[in-house]
Amino acid sequence: MIDKIRIVITGVGLTAPNGDDLVSYRKALLDGKSGVSSHEVRYMPPVPAGLCDFDQFRHQSKKAGRRGTRAGAMSIYSANEAVVDAGLAIGNLIRDRTGVFIGITEHGNVETENEIYNLSQYDFDVKYWSHHHNPRTVANNPAGEVTLNMNITGPHLCLGAACAAGNIGLIYGAQMLKLGEVDLALAGGVSESARTFGIYASFQAQNALARHKDPTKASRPFDRERNGIVVAEGGCIFAMERLEDAKARGAKIYGELVGYAYNSDAADFVLPNATRQSECMRMALLRAKMLPEQIDILNTHGTGTMQGDEHECEAIRRVFGTMTNTNVNNTKSFIGHAMGAAGALEIAGNLPSFQDKTVHPTINLDNIDPECNLPGFVIKKPRKLDRVESIMSNSFGMLGINSVVIIKRFEQ
Amino acid sequence: MTRESIKAAIIEIINEIVPDEDLSDLDHQKPLRDQIDLDSMDFLDIVMELRKKYRIEVPEEDYDELSTMNSTIDYLLPKMESL
Repeated sequence: MIDKIRIVITGVGLTAPNGDDLVSYRKALLDGKSGVSSHEVRYMPPVPAGLCDFDQFRHQSKKAGRRGTRAGAMSIYSANEAVVDAGLAIGNLIRDRTGVFIGITEHGNVETENEIYNLSQYDFDVKYWSHHHNPRTVANNPAGEVTLNMNITGPHLCLGAACAAGNIGLIYGAQMLKLGEVDLALAGGVSESARTFGIYASFQAQNALARHKDPTKASRPFDRERNGIVVAEGGCIFAMERLEDAKARGAKIYGELVGYAYNSDAADFVLPNATRQSECMRMALLRAKMLPEQIDILNTHGTGTMQGDEHECEAIRRVFGTMTNTNVNNTKSFIGHAMGAAGALEIAGNLPSFQDKTVHPTINLDNIDPECNLPGFVIKKPRKLDRVESIMSNSFGMLGINSVVIIKRFEQ
Repeated sequence: MTRESIKAAIIEIINEIVPDEDLSDLDHQKPLRDQIDLDSMDFLDIVMELRKKYRIEVPEEDYDELSTMNSTIDYLLPKMESL
């Protein structure tokens, strides 16, 4: 029975390094506009990073902004914008039938780093440690802040899923809708970690932090000259509903979530695993009752690390073979890696393809690595198609977690 | 510090903590929390800012002394007049 319940996306709210709503973000992706710039980080020389510049106080009081976290603020902004975009009244949601499900790669590092820095200014006397530290760093903080802001009394939680989290927020939202636990799911992902030094320092120690004299060219997945990850922040939340509910209220429908899967490598802390990735893609296709050749756009996870990009291309080859009709792109080349928000932002960036019949390109792919030379790559310029029926989006993460979602153009 | 300068210092701290509130018409005889949106976490922020900015400790048993603006100034005056 659950398999027969269809789940659709009816609203999108987001803040990305190159756009704070779907229209401007999509335009940036079609115009080839990077959101990466040079960023000052504590204890380190400047790094390329993707930072957001959204109107934080459009939906949040200054007091709540001061008390809460950056991830909370991005989630509040995105959730409110998604509800508005869905044509629902913010103050009129059915409070106890709405759920908030937000994927996170990590949470609390910004607050912890800031508190320790603050403490260092007071000779490490812990009486100067803030009473806000615990509510800011509990793992449900971003989703919890959304419920406080929007007066939602249904379930909320954050889903810790490394860089697979954006997709998994979406998947969990769909599952809760299918189970009848909620009638409206505000689901997606968020990450504020571009505001820490630790994430950059750790990638640097792993020889996986991107460097380039022009920050807009630092994020270059699948290129021969790629040298690591550009860290970004962002938030993206979808309003998701059961199809019958969306139709009953005459909602516009961005697309239907027809297939999804997530699995585990059980192999390594950081190294990806092409076998499990390809299994994940196949499982999502099976659930969608689709064949690989029916995927029009394949949005890659590709982060710009040497091994990660190679492994993903190997996994894609195992599923898609030498097919030339699948259009392959990469959103991180524009915005960097928005961690917990990445999967959701990448779906959002491709959703308008159902209407504009255009595939956003991959930028900074000047000289494709032969190991990554998939036949359908859309490079530098958008590609116009006769029609776009389906999008597959990959998101993979540390500790070996893989997630794949398939969205179809909505048909009755 | 004088009563006036202590008042200005308190207003500055409260303004940082609850920036959405208008503090221009506060009745100094009435409890602050009856006039502005100031909850227990905000109150702890006031205590923390007094500690950080003026190295003043307000022990928990004295929290009631910080109820109104006037009672707050009365309580802080002996601790701050030498600053």
